[in-house]
Amino acid sequence: MGAHGPAKGFTRWLTTTNHKDIGSMYLWFSFAMFLLGGSFAMVIRAELFQPGLQIVEPEFFNQMTTMHGLVMVFGAIMPAFVGLANWMIPMMIGAPDMALPRMNNWSFWILPPTFLMLASTLFMEGGGPNFGWTFYAPLSTTYAPPSVTFFIFAVHAMGISSIMGSINIIATVVNMRAPGMTYMKMPMFVWTWLITAFLLVAVMPVLAGAVTMMLMDIHFGTSFFNAAGGGDPVLFQHVFWFFGHPEVYIIILPAFGVVSEIIPTFSRKPLFGYASMVYATASIAFLSFIVWVHHMYTVGLPIAGELFFMYATMLIAVPTAAKVFNWITTMFKGSITLETPMLFAIAKVFLFTIGGFSGLMLAMAPADFQYHDSYFVVAHFHYTMVAGAIFALSAAVYYWLPKWTGRMYNETMGKTHFWISFIGFNLTFFPQHFVGLAGMPRRIPDYNLMFADFNMISSIGAFIYGSSQLLFLFNVVRTITHGKPVSDAKVWDGATTLEWTVPSPAPYHTFSTPPEVK
Amino acid sequence: MYLQAKRLYKLALSPVLMLLSLFSTGAWANDGSPQRWQTNMTPGVTEVGAKIYDLHMLVLWICVAVGVIVFAVMFYSVFAYRRDRHQEPATFHENTKLEIAWTVVPFLLLIVMAVPATNTLIEIYDTDDAELDILITGYQWKWKYEYINPEGDNVSFFSSLLTDKAEIGNTEDKGSNYLLEVDEPLVLPVGKKVRFLVTANDVLHAWWVPALAVKRDAIPGFINEAWTNATETGVYRGQCAELCGRDHGFMPIVVNVVEEADYKTWMADKQAEAAEIKKLMEQTFSMDELVERGKTVYNRSCVACHGANGEGGVGKPIANSPIATGEVAQHINVLVNGVPGTAMQAFGGQLNDVDLAAVVTYTRNAFGNNMGDKVQPIDVYNFKKGQ
Repeated sequence: MGAHGPAKGFTRWLTTTNHKDIGSMYLWFSFAMFLLGGSFAMVIRAELFQPGLQIVEPEFFNQMTTMHGLVMVFGAIMPAFVGLANWMIPMMIGAPDMALPRMNNWSFWILPPTFLMLASTLFMEGGGPNFGWTFYAPLSTTYAPPSVTFFIFAVHAMGISSIMGSINIIATVVNMRAPGMTYMKMPMFVWTWLITAFLLVAVMPVLAGAVTMMLMDIHFGTSFFNAAGGGDPVLFQHVFWFFGHPEVYIIILPAFGVVSEIIPTFSRKPLFGYASMVYATASIAFLSFIVWVHHMYTVGLPIAGELFFMYATMLIAVPTAAKVFNWITTMFKGSITLETPMLFAIAKVFLFTIGGFSGLMLAMAPADFQYHDSYFVVAHFHYTMVAGAIFALSAAVYYWLPKWTGRMYNETMGKTHFWISFIGFNLTFFPQHFVGLAGMPRRIPDYNLMFADFNMISSIGAFIYGSSQLLFLFNVVRTITHGKPVSDAKVWDGATTLEWTVPSPAPYHTFSTPPEVK
Repeated sequence: MYLQAKRLYKLALSPVLMLLSLFSTGAWANDGSPQRWQTNMTPGVTEVGAKIYDLHMLVLWICVAVGVIVFAVMFYSVFAYRRDRHQEPATFHENTKLEIAWTVVPFLLLIVMAVPATNTLIEIYDTDDAELDILITGYQWKWKYEYINPEGDNVSFFSSLLTDKAEIGNTEDKGSNYLLEVDEPLVLPVGKKVRFLVTANDVLHAWWVPALAVKRDAIPGFINEAWTNATETGVYRGQCAELCGRDHGFMPIVVNVVEEADYKTWMADKQAEAAEIKKLMEQTFSMDELVERGKTVYNRSCVACHGANGEGGVGKPIANSPIATGEVAQHINVLVNGVPGTAMQAFGGQLNDVDLAAVVTYTRNAFGNNMGDKVQPIDVYNFKKGQ
């Protein structure tokens, strides 16, 4: 065990190279962004509570939808999983720290100023980004507010942070596994993150390319996306979605990893089909590169292209279904208890599968001519992003919090958080399937009276879901300050991975001497 | 009291009805507008729309069936294998046969879905043999429809939101077609294959009418094709489906499908109207005529940004503006070509020369501007020709 404890004071956090410190900072930062992005969502749902314009102007509404998407994807979900990776990967593979600790420090500290800058665009003349989180040109170039340049800079900075973070994860997993920890013995969370890291390294530069072309169009007279200058607005969408589709798997694969840890622990039974889980994850990652056009079915592609991308997209259902079957078979004949992490994990499997079903429906190109850019799509991706990723994150925090803090959270409060979230979430997003099918387009600040009932239900659900997160925050803070200390290294009796062999709370330095894995 | 109770009862029952309706494949009302508590896609009034609806229901039912089985096993496990009932967990963790089965079965189900999907898609892409071609151009934030007439002049007009600002601002009651009504709908003959050529003038838009089962992106510099063949007369409503800036939510689409004879009458009227405008363009107008016409044009096309009294808003003020009180040629230039990089659009292609002349004259002689000069259609014509 290392003799060095953490430094004192604020410089500890500024200069730290400790994976646990950096992991904690990532997690707190992402939670702050979750609340910020969530507050934007509250503005959206408040405006949509009733037909007519009540609270905000359409121009500001567009800024809210844009910033909600950007902050949630790049500020909340992605950094949260990087935080988990920082905390858990070294402990799960028996490594003393991340492979590149100084770079680790930098990849975190890029983020706070970046998001401060992005948020500050809301106060600039002309307002913040208002062209949707997908920022289609030419709305985001020729027709964009002046703050778009800050947005481009922010995207570049987040990209650098993500690329450095993922290089670090790859280097750690490849080089720093404890003796005996072969690839096929790694915990699923480590596997899913390894594959995710490769996806990140592959596609973040593509995103950087897209925003660089925007920058050139806006300031240097090029016409990449300007038809009048010989450019092609559709090119933007191809480049964006070549990044964007792998991006959604970047968000969901680590969530799969978390669930693959939690379900075996609380079923007290090994993960069913470990090898097939690994192959399924790799197949999903591969397929994610050849399906991007399903976001663009209505853009006017030749039919051959349309058919190819439709078939490829449908294929993703096979490995994804295999994963769901594996989780459920893991539970089958187990010895199950339903602590808060398990509740969130089961709900994640249940709700993500519903999101998968609507995803399969959306894959059907002809039907997509009716679904595309409607609220049906909004419902679909919130089932995958919120229930799929954020429920998994909540599960992960409850699961590992005793290991991080050495204290047990309040189970009743945790379960209350779960049930309020579960009800609030479904109340918010299930009715959005209906209004979408009935013809309500997404990204509109006002709507016909016929959509009013479901929108009101949806808004009420959103307020419930949103406020339940404050309970979550309270529970976590209360655990840190007043939680009952856990004496056991192995907090959960069904847990098997290496992090449960170190004391709780995990000491500042763990596995200075690598463990022997049999 | 009774009414209120009835309403409450309906409200309480509505989630049940909603679920029931979700699981019924029965026909839906072919109304062209969304319905209250509508939970499902409309099959619409076209053959393709009905096929899309059938595909949608097929996939939905397959998903429901798979979901019922999967979730049944899941919830059964949660209940039957709780630790209080089942202390000793099993230890199995693989089963090759099972894993092969649950890879092959979904694959077969996908083929069942892919066949009708492919057939329908091929049909959607078959834009041949259309009897009528219409060029649809998306503008921020209205639609332009141009009927392509191989034997004469094209007929074209703009179609923009009719809903009153007071309804949007909640100072007046909202009508039933709130935000889904336009000043001039697209008119189509029933039972004819109509091809749409879809493009945009500024940013991306998307032309979507659920009942006609058409959604196509409108992209500047590209012309996309789509088609429809409505089998029933009626009024069908839709909206722009691609985020296009501030008033994305305020550029609806209304399609009026009428009998062939009515369509012909309407078309003849439109052509006569166009001929009338053409004639007007050769005339010289008096100040009063120009100001009167200009006021109408102003209130239709300019008032949203420049204010009812020319005081400005999104756009610059017109009262005392250096343009409206400056050189005539520059004033015409701003209207015809717009101001790049600002919200001021190029109206040269949106308004005819008579209207342009009238609105220039009006704004030079209203809101306290007192230039006293007149602009005639021929001046606008010459300006356009000269540039």
